[in-house]
Amino acid sequence: MNKQLRHISVIALVLLAVLIGATTYWQTWAQASLADRKDNSVSLINRLTVDRGKILAADGTVLANNRRSRKNGLTIFTRHYPQNDLAPQVIGYSTSGGNTTGLEATLDDYLTGANTNLSNALQQELDKLGGRTVRGNDVILTLRPAVQRLALDQLAGRCGAVVALDAKTGAVYAMASSPTYNANLIEQRKGYKKILKIRGACGDASALQNNATQGRYTPGSTFKLVTASAALDTGKFTPSSPFNDPGYCIEYGNKVFNSSAPDSPSSHETFGNVTLSEGLEHSINSVFCNVGKAIGARSILEYAKRYGFYSQPPIDLPPDTINPSGLYNNGKLWFPKDFNKVDPGRLAFGQERMLATPLQMALVAATIANGGVQPKPYLVQKIVAPDGSTVVKTTPQTLGRVVKPQTAAELNQMMQLVVQGGTAASVGFPPSLQVAGKTGTAEVGSSNYYNAWFVCFAPATHPRYVVAVVVAKQLNGFGGSISAPIAKAILEKLFASRR
Amino acid sequence: MPLADPYLLPMSALLTAIGVTEIYRLGPGNAFRQGLWIVIGVAVFGATLFWLHRDYRVLERYKYVFGVTAILLLFLPLAPGIGEEINGSRLWVHVGSLQFQPGELGKIALIVFLAAYLREKREVLAQGRLKDWGPLLVIWGGAMLVLFATDDLGSALLYYGIFVAMLYIATARIAFVAVAIGLFLVGSFAVSRATPHVRARVDVWLDPYKYEHTTGYQILQSLYSIAHGGFGGTGLGHGIMTTQSGQQVVPDLNTDFIYSALAQELGLVGVAALLLLYMAFVVRGFRIALTASDGFSKLLAAGLSFGFAFQTFVIVGGITRVIPLTGITLPFVSYGGSSVVANFLLVAGLLLISNRANRQEAGA
Repeated sequence: MNKQLRHISVIALVLLAVLIGATTYWQTWAQASLADRKDNSVSLINRLTVDRGKILAADGTVLANNRRSRKNGLTIFTRHYPQNDLAPQVIGYSTSGGNTTGLEATLDDYLTGANTNLSNALQQELDKLGGRTVRGNDVILTLRPAVQRLALDQLAGRCGAVVALDAKTGAVYAMASSPTYNANLIEQRKGYKKILKIRGACGDASALQNNATQGRYTPGSTFKLVTASAALDTGKFTPSSPFNDPGYCIEYGNKVFNSSAPDSPSSHETFGNVTLSEGLEHSINSVFCNVGKAIGARSILEYAKRYGFYSQPPIDLPPDTINPSGLYNNGKLWFPKDFNKVDPGRLAFGQERMLATPLQMALVAATIANGGVQPKPYLVQKIVAPDGSTVVKTTPQTLGRVVKPQTAAELNQMMQLVVQGGTAASVGFPPSLQVAGKTGTAEVGSSNYYNAWFVCFAPATHPRYVVAVVVAKQLNGFGGSISAPIAKAILEKLFASRR
Repeated sequence: MPLADPYLLPMSALLTAIGVTEIYRLGPGNAFRQGLWIVIGVAVFGATLFWLHRDYRVLERYKYVFGVTAILLLFLPLAPGIGEEINGSRLWVHVGSLQFQPGELGKIALIVFLAAYLREKREVLAQGRLKDWGPLLVIWGGAMLVLFATDDLGSALLYYGIFVAMLYIATARIAFVAVAIGLFLVGSFAVSRATPHVRARVDVWLDPYKYEHTTGYQILQSLYSIAHGGFGGTGLGHGIMTTQSGQQVVPDLNTDFIYSALAQELGLVGVAALLLLYMAFVVRGFRIALTASDGFSKLLAAGLSFGFAFQTFVIVGGITRVIPLTGITLPFVSYGGSSVVANFLLVAGLLLISNRANRQEAGA
């Protein structure tokens, strides 16, 4: 019988050894994928026991921190946003249910301390065994709360956005989306419903949408910067190329009129003999219409692509909150295979199904400011571990050359003229700031309602700041009268905050 | 018991201590009750040793009493009035406020019966004549009936596994084992099609993620708990066992699922050590079977040891998704009175056998 006994004992031991193997599988190989599952209540609760890292503004203002409480023997940290409605679309939120958006989502691993390298993994293991709370890393953003707050005040609840960048580095100083909401409402009873009701004039989009990166607005005349880039960079035109403006341009046998004069809405502006430079200065549609016909939709769209249209601008936000700019056909991004299907004249002055995000237009201005090279925008300046050591420090990067230095310099000149004697002359930018800009007043389908745009940078000779402003669907709202004053306030604030 | 195996009792004590510690961590009230049951268990253990210290082989004479007792205990939860259904399986008996899982004691009774019966019939059975397959078929039918009537795949699997192992030890016929396993698979498949509860268990085993909010909830949360422990565990007392509202993250955490609580807090290091302890216990058990001189003692020791190992496999294998999950207790560690008493009886049996075997060796 002993032979059988040995067999059975071996079987019994093998069965138990299988259990060690299975447990090893779940605790090592499968661990990460199980931890990420949505229905995992253990990691959900575990999230709450982590002292999530703070999110700080560039000046140290606390944008997100935690409130500690004890419940049923668990020390629980819940998120709090001391600045309430300052930048919820950018910072996002992290709920006790495990939902995250914005930077709270993209930086989750850093904030929860899950970005393990060997040294902090060991420290965390020791912390866990010692019963100490696991602390996440603090994140320091590039945002300047004073500028951000001013932008929100200026937008005053209207549908729109303000983006302010460092012209050289691409650091985002302000990314304001309006209407905004109080991020602390998210976890309150019925708070989410309340937020969904905040609509402003944005139509379907709620206050949750980051209008700066998600909002798609007809760019109107600000897009002339892209058309002019194509015209100059291909060498087909120079700033002094002559045009005759009869007040309209003829396309497909029909007259496409210039926009109406701000002082007499019934008449159309007519400028006669002008140069390309004057065409941009006074934002003459017929001039750009003719440029568009001459260089074609393909050339304009190719330059748009080089500026970053048709792809998501690379920035540290969740991809689903960043929309690419470009032509949209029936709600879908559309790059035509047959360029005859695109009206080059209207495209040239930023109509014709062209939609752009404020961030994208800010990047166009930043590229021109930066001599034709596009800086990579970023929101995260630094990530600091609980022990004070730096985990990540962002080094500014560029996204490559878009136009020749000469083209950028010519556009810079032309944009200065816009502010000095063109469509933004009446705004009253202080000459000392040397602002270079471009207005945009885009038709949005309903008559007399416009998207009011202004993109600019300053000082023109050594650009420091880039600002893009859009206020959507304003009755008789012109870029020069509605958005340029906002840009002016922002620029003044930015220059004042510098020593 | 001067010559009894010196390792078994300390190992049982260690396992019991690990169990009580974790049960205390999960809920001090249960730990106190478990403590009481341990006292009762130790008393039963002592009484058994005292009662059978001269020669436990008297039990052989009452084999049919044990056989009938085993069957009665197994079917007791079906009795109207006292039987109770928990989590879809009828395993419990309650009289007044006292809850009891009679199957745990039924297991011991079944092993005693099988040891005695197989010792007597092994030569006949080993010839493998067709008419001698009768008892095998009877027990197969019994297991299927238990499975069908109580919806309890775990117990059926456990009893049947013990039976097959002991049959093989007694007869040395692989054919029996092959046929028995085949019959079990066919039978349990048929039963699983017929009873929704057993079928659900199999479906969940195959793809728990499909039932994450319903029947797969418990096993998935348990796997999450195990995974959360990782290599080193969270440390005793620091694991996540309750939600903010105070409910256990995994239902039945201190009984059937105590392994997932231990795996989270002690980590792979801890539970691997725990399983090695079980393996050491099993090794000692089989050593006793090898040193015992008579067939009854050998079969009894082997049955008890294999039952102990196989029960561990069925529950931990269920929790780690090696086999479909069935609710039985983890020997010595899980919370539960009947389980504690049964396990102390099991150790008592092994000690008695080892004492006699060693005495004979020393005398010879």
